[in-house]
Amino acid sequence: MVTLSTKPLTERVEAVGGVVDMAAYENAGGYEAARQAITKSEPEAVQGLVKDADLRGRGGAGFPTGVKWGFVPKGDAAGPGHKYLVCNADEMEPGTFKDRYLMEMDPHLLIEGMLIAAFAIGADKAYIFLRGEYHESFKQLYSALADASEKGYVGQNVFGSDFSVDLVIHRSGGRYICGEETALLNALEGKRGQPRTKPPFPPASGAWGRPTIVNNVETLCNVPGILKNGVDWFRDLGIGNDSGTKLYGVSGRVKRPGLWELPIGTTIREIIEEHAGGMQDGYKLRGILPGGASTDFLTIEHLDLPMDYGSIQAAGSRMGTGTMILMDDSICPVAISINLQHFFAQESCGFCTPCREGLPWLEQLLIDIEEGRGQPGDLELLDGNAAFIGAPGNTFCLHATGAMEPLLSALRCFREDFEAHIESGGCPYRERGH
Amino acid sequence: MSEVSQLIEALSVEEVDAIEAEITHLPNRESAAIEAMRIVQEKRGWISDESLRAIARLLGMSTEALDSIATFYNLIFRKPVGRHVLMLCDSVSCYVMGCDKVRTAVCDQLGVEMGETTPDGRFTLLPIVCLGACDRAPVMTIDEELITHLSADSIPDILSGFD
Repeated sequence: MVTLSTKPLTERVEAVGGVVDMAAYENAGGYEAARQAITKSEPEAVQGLVKDADLRGRGGAGFPTGVKWGFVPKGDAAGPGHKYLVCNADEMEPGTFKDRYLMEMDPHLLIEGMLIAAFAIGADKAYIFLRGEYHESFKQLYSALADASEKGYVGQNVFGSDFSVDLVIHRSGGRYICGEETALLNALEGKRGQPRTKPPFPPASGAWGRPTIVNNVETLCNVPGILKNGVDWFRDLGIGNDSGTKLYGVSGRVKRPGLWELPIGTTIREIIEEHAGGMQDGYKLRGILPGGASTDFLTIEHLDLPMDYGSIQAAGSRMGTGTMILMDDSICPVAISINLQHFFAQESCGFCTPCREGLPWLEQLLIDIEEGRGQPGDLELLDGNAAFIGAPGNTFCLHATGAMEPLLSALRCFREDFEAHIESGGCPYRERGH
Repeated sequence: MSEVSQLIEALSVEEVDAIEAEITHLPNRESAAIEAMRIVQEKRGWISDESLRAIARLLGMSTEALDSIATFYNLIFRKPVGRHVLMLCDSVSCYVMGCDKVRTAVCDQLGVEMGETTPDGRFTLLPIVCLGACDRAPVMTIDEELITHLSADSIPDILSGFD
């Protein structure tokens, strides 16, 4: 019996002990899945496999990938012109460092995933929308792309078939909002990265008004394994309701901060205690941002939750990117909220008033509370305004909604800390020397 | 001076060639706006008014439209920068791991605040959002180099490596 992989995203990197080049990637069976699909299969069949495998978007939203691909109009319904595949490699969610790893260590995996995805949706143009600050990722992808082009795996007549796809890296000018897929498309078109109204959704009208699929790096990297090892294998990799593995990360005051590929549905406790080695001596865990800065705080009550889409959502948060940030007991919940709101205020694109004006206003109120100028009633003012600013529909996109998730949850989970600031007229953490 | 020679005056042949190469991957010339500014900034460090006008003309768009794009993005500089650009992450993981102390150390060592350039033109200091190396926080980049596991004590040694 053949033992199938349990770590399809990271096994080659572990075997090689470094960057996986073309030779190492092909030795491990790389590009076979794309070759088989493109030369022997049909786009609809590939879409069907990814749908049946129940691969869900790893960028944060968790939308089923195969279903998304199915929204692209086929044949004459698409009208004349290009179809586009865009890889969202604009990793910028604070606390997230998973796509960088994949691009720097195993760039051919992403290229192969993109080839299969482009074939499945009929895209003849593909872009990697890359974080501008990711210099090493650019170098690795650029070099891998040159090797793949030389072998005839990218460009005209891929693997000698009649399928052709042009694959180009676009380096972003840098704004968090460009991770939002319609803002990303405006940025790709060379414009200001402001979100577009939806509908129309990108599969119908995306880049330059043409059918476009935007997928996250980790999502696309899961595709070759599904074709190679099959739908059942992928579904069996997950522990609970979800399928596949997940790159989980931990940052903060743990003994071994890092990134691990684990079955999706591994508990928060196992990730923090076994893989990250638990908290550093002298620090106690208080809060968990489970999947980046725009997810609601969880607390130590939630340690035994599985890190999957449904379980974290049922607890009132989101799995997001799956890379968690830990708040220890030396960190003031008001001060960390200032840090988070400063980020969101700065990165607002400025288009909608509640987001542009509201986020800096909230940041200033938090600063007042932290610096001892808080007044009775300020917390109720925060609650009300945060709920208003965060309500979907009051702004064009979900930037402000995401911004309010850590704030509303901090106000709920760490209420006594906020109250203590107002009652004592200062920050108890600062007075204790932190 | 003809329009074409004015253009060549403001942009080098290499810059124009690199921008034209980007345009071949795109359905229209204006779509290369961000890539074009990145190409010119790589050579010159920043986008001057003169560069902006030349790029706009090359792409067939108004200078004002291009400036509205330039000023949207964190990594396009519309003011001159120092020989080295130091970007210190101030997002949440680095905050938890003490980036405030690192910032104080950097500013004290160089005698300028974030957003400023040292009088000798050696460093420009800029805050940056999450650099995606949170397991190695606090982190910064100097030019294209990612520097991790920062502490206030390590700053003088690190900075001394950049002339």
